[in-house]
Amino acid sequence: MPSPRYRREMPQRYRLEAGKCKGCGKIFFPPRLICNKCGSQEFEQVVLPENGKIVTFTIIRVAPAQFEAEVPYAIAIVELENGVRITTQVVDCDPEKLDIGNEVKLVFRKIQKEGKTGILLYGYKAVLV
Amino acid sequence: MRDVYVIGCGMTKFGEIWESSFRDLFVEAGLKAIKDAGVDHLDSMYVGTMTSGLFIGQEHVGALMADYLGMAPIPAVRVESACCSGGLAVRMGFLDIASGNSDIVLAGGVEKMNDGADVTFALSTAADQEYECYHGVTFPGLYAMIARAHMHRYGTTRNQLAQVAVKNHFNGSMNPNAQFPRKVTLEQVKSSVLVADPLTVLDSSPVSDGGACVILASEEVAKKLQKPMIKIIGSGVATDSLALDQREDITALNAVKVSAERAFKMAGLKPSDIDLAEVHDCFTIAEICILEELGFAERGKGGLFTEQGHTALTGKIPINTSGGLKSKGHPVGATGAAQVVEIFEQLTGKSGERQIKNAKIGLAQNMGGSGASSVTHIFSLM
Ligand SMILES: [Zn+2]
Repeated sequence: MPSPRYRREMPQRYRLEAGKCKGCGKIFFPPRLICNKCGSQEFEQVVLPENGKIVTFTIIRVAPAQFEAEVPYAIAIVELENGVRITTQVVDCDPEKLDIGNEVKLVFRKIQKEGKTGILLYGYKAVLV
Repeated sequence: MRDVYVIGCGMTKFGEIWESSFRDLFVEAGLKAIKDAGVDHLDSMYVGTMTSGLFIGQEHVGALMADYLGMAPIPAVRVESACCSGGLAVRMGFLDIASGNSDIVLAGGVEKMNDGADVTFALSTAADQEYECYHGVTFPGLYAMIARAHMHRYGTTRNQLAQVAVKNHFNGSMNPNAQFPRKVTLEQVKSSVLVADPLTVLDSSPVSDGGACVILASEEVAKKLQKPMIKIIGSGVATDSLALDQREDITALNAVKVSAERAFKMAGLKPSDIDLAEVHDCFTIAEICILEELGFAERGKGGLFTEQGHTALTGKIPINTSGGLKSKGHPVGATGAAQVVEIFEQLTGKSGERQIKNAKIGLAQNMGGSGASSVTHIFSLM
């Protein structure tokens, strides 16, 4: 992943920065330039809460090359306390024991490695609380 | 808008076709379609392919195929909308003729998935690269999350999911072009290797090579050639968010619903008027959700509807008589065009053992990604 592309997403991946529409209050993660609900182009920056619940999940058993060493791993859609949903791995747990409704918290982790000699790529993962 | 007719079709066998290249697959399907239609020229062509650049490093596909089909210098356009690239190519051909710009158009699709690329990665590019794939999400993983949410919310069962595969493999066992023309049992589907829980490898469509093409024509051309009059009476396209987590209802495929509503409105028909349908069963759960979005089954009851046999060859609305993506195969760019091939053959009485008697009106629904794009067409034997 070229570093400009990685750097651009850092505010979201490192600090969970989202955009709150000044027109209708809808919160977008990742931030957008126009609200798909009210059409406003005015946003204020907000930070997502770290706690939420699993809405749905799966256990990945066949992964793309850069995640092959990690199978089986859990992926979930998590609904955070403010209603925003994000897709994330759920780690430090037995994936077989996960369930819809489980409470989780987002933590800062290494996500993947860029090829054999590239940089380490970071972001959020969820752990059970 | 002018009326548009399908006057011929052709496809390759789907599967691991080691002997044929990307371009060979498309040209083979195209030549069959041209011969079937009996046309001596094309005014333009549309080629659907999802990601030939990642699969075999080849872009600039419109011109490549026009040249190898012996049709250059006609206009040729490559169409991409992930797994509904082929259906969208048909849509573009439809618009080309409807607008009066062309009289004879070839619309089709092709994909070469078995030439050594990282298929899991290539397919995942139809999802949100920055916020889904970055975290290790795969395509089976997205549909698995839809499946789990559907099971949790509506009580859809593991057996109901598996029944989609059993039914489609039964249909595909009568299709000589199918990649896996063999019957499977509920137990085999459930006990096959897990790909992304709860979906197994037999809940999933295979990795396939293949091409499919149809010839579209104006009414004047269709009449002159004395072809069976299969008219496109409905055509609809719709979009949704690429990322599954951005949708209000994870179990809903809104693009499918809206694309179908548009096609039904144009045709002046309702779901109960349809005699058979080809739908995008990339995973068993997808067919269940699509049954609900197309209005064949009630919301949340797609699994039960399948279990009750309503979608079987002998049911009230036979779904995926070709074997679907599940059994016939899913060369992603070709799939939407291959669905139209099946409907065309059914409406013209050429489907052999799996023929639906007196089929007059057929529907084809083709979907991209985890449901971010959908194309629906309705065809009528006039
Ligand atoms: Zn707004």
